[in-house]
Amino acid sequence: MRVKAQVAMVMHLDKCIGCHTCSVTCKSTWTNRPGTEYMWFNNVETRPGPGYPKQWEDQDRYKGGWEYKNGKLRLKAGGPMSKLKNIFYNPNMETLDDYYEPWTYEYEHLIKSPKSEHLPVARPKSQITGKYIDKPEWGSNWDDDLAGGSEIVPMDPNVQKLQEHIAMEYEKTFMMYLPRICEHCLNPSCVASCPSGALYKRDEDGVVLVDQEECRGWRFCMNGCPYNKVYYNWNTHKAEKCNFCYPRTEAGLPTICSETCVGRIRYIGVVLYDADKVKAAASVEDPQDLYEAQLDCFLDPFDPEVIEEAAKAGINNEWIKSAQESPVYKMAMKWKIALPLHPEYRTLPMVWYVPPLSPIMNHVTNEEELKTDGYIPTVDQMRIPIEYLASLLTAGDTDVIRKVLLKLTAMRVHMRSVSVGGIDELQESKLLTEADIDVETIEEMARLLGVAKYDERFVIPTGRREMDDDLHYKQGACSIDDLAPPEGMVTYPFERRKGS
Amino acid sequence: MEGIFWWVIVPYLTLAIMIIGSIYRFTHNQLSWVAPSTEFFEKKWLRIGSPLFHYGLLFAFVGHVMGVLIPLEFYHMFGISDHMYHAFAIYGGGVAGLMVVVGAVILLIRKMTIDRVRVHATFADFYSVISLLIVAGIGVYITLIYNTTVVEYEYRTTIGPWFRSLFTFQPQYQLMTGVPFLFQLHIIAAFGLFASIPFTRLVHFYSVPIVYPFRAPQQYRSRSAFKRKGI
Repeated sequence: MRVKAQVAMVMHLDKCIGCHTCSVTCKSTWTNRPGTEYMWFNNVETRPGPGYPKQWEDQDRYKGGWEYKNGKLRLKAGGPMSKLKNIFYNPNMETLDDYYEPWTYEYEHLIKSPKSEHLPVARPKSQITGKYIDKPEWGSNWDDDLAGGSEIVPMDPNVQKLQEHIAMEYEKTFMMYLPRICEHCLNPSCVASCPSGALYKRDEDGVVLVDQEECRGWRFCMNGCPYNKVYYNWNTHKAEKCNFCYPRTEAGLPTICSETCVGRIRYIGVVLYDADKVKAAASVEDPQDLYEAQLDCFLDPFDPEVIEEAAKAGINNEWIKSAQESPVYKMAMKWKIALPLHPEYRTLPMVWYVPPLSPIMNHVTNEEELKTDGYIPTVDQMRIPIEYLASLLTAGDTDVIRKVLLKLTAMRVHMRSVSVGGIDELQESKLLTEADIDVETIEEMARLLGVAKYDERFVIPTGRREMDDDLHYKQGACSIDDLAPPEGMVTYPFERRKGS
Repeated sequence: MEGIFWWVIVPYLTLAIMIIGSIYRFTHNQLSWVAPSTEFFEKKWLRIGSPLFHYGLLFAFVGHVMGVLIPLEFYHMFGISDHMYHAFAIYGGGVAGLMVVVGAVILLIRKMTIDRVRVHATFADFYSVISLLIVAGIGVYITLIYNTTVVEYEYRTTIGPWFRSLFTFQPQYQLMTGVPFLFQLHIIAAFGLFASIPFTRLVHFYSVPIVYPFRAPQQYRSRSAFKRKGI
């Protein structure tokens, strides 16, 4: 047993209102420099839709993640030798147009325009070339709230896989939000794709980071990551990615996306896992077994043997205590209501999602007199097809999704009877057995999901500093000093040339 | 005297600039040490130009090792006649050189005509592509035209020994005085290019990730030193 700690996240999609506050605060914290305009370490996608970058789930094109072939786990884009062969031209790499050409507006013109017949306007201007863009045609959220409808929705690779036709008529269609950050995988394919060894998984908290000094800009990480969450900074020519706001988590604070989440959908906590089991878990043959295999990697933080091994691995009591109180451990491992995004990529992602309930397609009449058992079939009649959720979260296994939705439905039914009554005793119904849950768990779940207190959502131990060699020297220093250019420095090439 | 300047001072000076400059940049400016690719902006032309150019350079490098570093006696020892050698050098070297030139021309046009790429190109970028093009152009001319129309010049008795003598710090500059002008120009231009390496994007050639196939796929790194101290 080789115990490692991982700081992980759960997102409760039922509560996501698609406000993009997480994206905006993340952007203003991390990616507001020249070269990073197009990057969204955190983005919120409307589903169904092509996502950001466009069709990132199309692994036939980007060749991200791992594949299991002839009894071996290998990078889908090819191993080291094929990477060296393709180092002068990477056929699978995305380009700027797969994201979008970032632009600003010529705000200055509004103030400095000479007197004219018409009102001055601020024209859109490319942040790549400095030229006017007469007609912006795509952006990170161009398809927000199903904008573009039947023209854009079919671009969704999950929709293309669905057997049934998705209705785009307003009354019948469905929609959900999918906020995405780096998954900080247990088996990160970006790390394995990096020829320079600049990407690494941090021992202490499992955060996947890019060493800015070691990165040589070979760019295999970009499409090597199946979630397309590693970006290329065209200004520094180096890779950048979500860093789980490590300067915040090290101080015991939640990431900025979680801190500012209006719907309180995000939960952060520590989980302990056995690093020796990771490779085997990623190498199970059937993609639908990957979810269970991943769950097998996690260790029970209450088990005395685990605690002893963790201590040997340098994990201190504060971290073990945090692992015991971890909301992620409860939701993903204990209650099994949170699922990993696209487990079939075999990276063992560590941002988990509680799938959303959605309105029932057929109106439930006489709900006041409905027996509890009457809620069981409703799970199959929800607006968001179970197959669609399964395509996102369980490699197509609808049984797992169904069970999670039943648990959430059971919670809803029970809490409804507690607060407004009018429903028969839950204990007598089949809903509990089908959902494989008890009333006590339901009430605990309702508290964490519904009441969602700040210090129950975020249980984050501080980073350990006591072993640092030169702690005194580091006092008051900024750990990311070298990353950011000096304040106010203009580094746009087209602006430099103008001599401004 | 002139011989000493061109074939002793210039080579040592340019190599010194290259080595010291590279070490300085590597130790003081790691953040700038990259292969500054523009594939992110444009990949249609890069797909043709970049592999042609880079693979051509690799082949040309091997060819130069064969022609300049490996002594004439070595070939004679294995019974490779001068005629066989030169036939191979002309065909092999010609193909490699043409790959470099065609690739570089495509990349240069791409750099000048495609907005997104041009805007981000610096003087140093153009400098390195153009000087590579000049060096390679002269090389191709020598290999394909001069060698076949004027004279099949035996550089393995002059340029080869002179170049090797640079590394034993006993430079035999006399060997170079009688070398045809085009060969001299090719060599001086190449040394000029070497001197520019630390100041341009060319530094990425030092960082060819040859160790990548031999390392573990997953990399763990510890932020603090608790493992080392055994706490």
